[in-house]
Amino acid sequence: MGKWTRRAFITTGVLAGGALAVGVAIRPGHRAPKVAGQVTEGGESLINMWVKIDPSNKVTLIAPHSEMGQGAPTALTQMLAEEIDAAWDDVAYMEAPATDDYANWALGKGFILGPADVPAALIPTVNGAFLQVAKGMKLQITGGSLSVRSTGVYGIRVAGAAAREVLLKAAAEAWGVPVGELSAADTHVIHEASGKRAPFAEFAQAAAQYSPPVNPSLKRSEDFKVIGTDRPRFDIPSKVDGTAQFGIDAQVDGMKYAAIMAAPVFGAQVASADETSATSMAGVHRVVNLGDAIAVVADGYWQANQALKAMDIRWTATENDGRSSDDLFSQFESDIVAAANSGESKADVEAGDIASGFSNAVATVEATYRVPYLAHACMEPMNATARVTADSCEIWIGTQNPLGFRYEVAEAMELDVEQVEIHQHYMGGGFGRRSNSDTAVQAARIARDAGVPVKLVWSREEDIRHDHYRPAVASRFRAGLDEQGNIVAWDNVYHEKHEPVEAPVIPYAVAAQKIHHTDSPTHVPFGPWRSVDHSQHGFFTEAFFDEVAVAAGKDPYALRMGMLSDKPRHQTVLRTAAEKAGWGEELPRGMGRGIALQESFGSIVAQVVDVSINAGKLKVERVVVAVDPGFAVSPNGLTAQMESGINYGLTAALYGDISIENGAVKQSNFHDYPMVRMNESPVIETHIINSGEAWGGAGEPGTPAIAPALVSAVFDATGIRVRELPLSKQDFSDWG
Amino acid sequence: MIQFRVNGEDQRVDVDPSTPLLWVIRENLAMTGTKFGCGIAQCGACTVHLNGNAIRSCVTPVAAAEGADVTTIEGLAATAGAERHPLQQAWIDNQVPQCGYCQSGQLMSAAALLSQNPNPDDAAIDAAMSGNVCRCGMYPRIREAIKEAAASNSVEMFDPSEVMEGSSNG
Repeated sequence: MGKWTRRAFITTGVLAGGALAVGVAIRPGHRAPKVAGQVTEGGESLINMWVKIDPSNKVTLIAPHSEMGQGAPTALTQMLAEEIDAAWDDVAYMEAPATDDYANWALGKGFILGPADVPAALIPTVNGAFLQVAKGMKLQITGGSLSVRSTGVYGIRVAGAAAREVLLKAAAEAWGVPVGELSAADTHVIHEASGKRAPFAEFAQAAAQYSPPVNPSLKRSEDFKVIGTDRPRFDIPSKVDGTAQFGIDAQVDGMKYAAIMAAPVFGAQVASADETSATSMAGVHRVVNLGDAIAVVADGYWQANQALKAMDIRWTATENDGRSSDDLFSQFESDIVAAANSGESKADVEAGDIASGFSNAVATVEATYRVPYLAHACMEPMNATARVTADSCEIWIGTQNPLGFRYEVAEAMELDVEQVEIHQHYMGGGFGRRSNSDTAVQAARIARDAGVPVKLVWSREEDIRHDHYRPAVASRFRAGLDEQGNIVAWDNVYHEKHEPVEAPVIPYAVAAQKIHHTDSPTHVPFGPWRSVDHSQHGFFTEAFFDEVAVAAGKDPYALRMGMLSDKPRHQTVLRTAAEKAGWGEELPRGMGRGIALQESFGSIVAQVVDVSINAGKLKVERVVVAVDPGFAVSPNGLTAQMESGINYGLTAALYGDISIENGAVKQSNFHDYPMVRMNESPVIETHIINSGEAWGGAGEPGTPAIAPALVSAVFDATGIRVRELPLSKQDFSDWG
Repeated sequence: MIQFRVNGEDQRVDVDPSTPLLWVIRENLAMTGTKFGCGIAQCGACTVHLNGNAIRSCVTPVAAAEGADVTTIEGLAATAGAERHPLQQAWIDNQVPQCGYCQSGQLMSAAALLSQNPNPDDAAIDAAMSGNVCRCGMYPRIREAIKEAAASNSVEMFDPSEVMEGSSNG
């Protein structure tokens, strides 16, 4: 299998599989007593790694996932409550500590094996192996739309069912009755024959002594009482009264504040910095030179930032100082053409005979699509608070990977991992950005140098100019049509291959296909951005498909349906979106309607977008979305994720543009990196289809289809084919 | 020394008068419900009420608050004389927040809107709320929650004379 990178581990597509296996949360043996000290306090019993019960009968789920607004902690707790048979008022959530014992092995296992069936005899081996892999990669990631579909399915449901079984076993022992006569409901054990009823807490201590069963029986979906219902999210009350604690809200005794400026051109270093203009200002404690950045530490953030702005900082020259977005796109396009012509591109898909597919075609459609770099622009600017001594380092932060951060800070500070502690907070947006530990490491280095605890806060300008960006990508297409207007050949070459590997794969039955890629590296840092490679390929493949349908003289919806005859789930999703949106209706002049479909992270999503153009102004009026997540654990939560994913993707499609000028990012704040606002937010109608297939993700699948549906709607309204995002580059002044 | 009232309590701070009110609230007064988002009045995360009007505290010098009444998210419920302001309840009922970081600012903008227009239509909501960015894109839910709180008829109209009187005593 080769060496897994952490990103590959979380976003790789599933292996081939058969029937859905019951995942196994429990390793053989009983690890809980070993870790009880990390997660329990007075009187609490750790039933297994994931579940503790206190004397008041409160059942707490301990799981390695963070709250960044996606609501996973509440959905995961629903899964526990269901399987253990706890009353909703009796359950709570606790984020697992950033320790190796809570490395997220179920997540990795679920993702790599997917729905593959594992023979029962191999389960202990497989589980042990995945824990080792996850530990080796310090994996404790919230991302990849995985919390529910992997940790929940492979970990928490099983842990809940296993806990229920040992509680019943302990009760049977205590009451001297056969375990088969016992049942559980509302956080109680019940012996119907005798009318006995007692809270779980009564048996928790005894139950905690048993090794949990490796393969407990799970509930059938038709018996669900909690999974599949809407429960109010745990975190919301604190988010309406200002008490929610984000990383930026951390308070540490004696702390000072730091502002930072990193070299504008990625890869440059500090050449010189005039420290005295900063240190002579009121409240300034010191200037810290991090090599590639300058930080100012002061009594307050505003003082620190004012002093930083007053400094004359010079940066070293780099070979990229003259590079611009135009140069980069020229490079991308010449690299993909060269790779395709030389045959040195790497294939994602090779099916049928592509050469004869095109030579037999009566018409060919060709186009190149482009997307720019994108920043995440989390509402909470990047920040971290650090307290460092000679032999310890504490970090207060909101992170998508607490365990990974712990290891990375330890490495940067040359400390043992046991000497580093991460205090996790809510994230004011993550979207992939908070899986990178850059800010935590900076804060630790500044605090060590300053000799006091330091809260480092990035300005919005720093946040926009020093992100790990969604890559800029060019993708070239060629499609061949036969006499009936059927697509008989599909050739697609692009660069920037990351994950998920299947992102550029089309679901449509095209006999001859070649989908291939090459490398075209740049100096601009990149990272996962909500829906990762699907964010660009969903746009490329679906927008091009619309273009081909028009060239073939076919309705884009009907053409898709005809080419999905072996994919009934996709057809149902597409049909639902089309019918709910009134696909096929005549629209007034100045209105347009577009459709797109993209499966990602285990969920299938179709969107129909309506636009209007008045006086040259484009407005997105309505988005109808249909989603098949297999099964919606939290229907309202899934709906919220569709709304969020759509507006996130809509901002990118309409406005998102990080451009490179003289080697650096040109944009700096919301005035030149604009967001969709209240007055531009469309009506969004969500339709959920519970197909009963393997459970999919929620946080990311809403994003990919919005851009292609939007440009197709724009074409429908105007006849203008947009092949490059964002749409704000397009002039509609002749319209409406 | 600058004096003003925050959520009804007298405060005196000894800071550079050009310091933005945001940082005085967050750092000097240690009330962290008000958020930093952009520093240039482009996102609304820092919205508070100054004498009942929604302002962006990241660009408002603390000197501008001299003698004034400031209300932050921590004091919003008290303005309604309840455990929760009707908007806060509507936010929970509609499960509005996702990451939640922008929501203090959203609620303060919405509360100022309702205090001046108890029955806002879509255009009025657009006008009052488009200065507040929600990166999680929860605009449809924010709109719905504002309408729900408005329909509950439980938001009192803002009376400028009351506040002016209050601040002259402060």
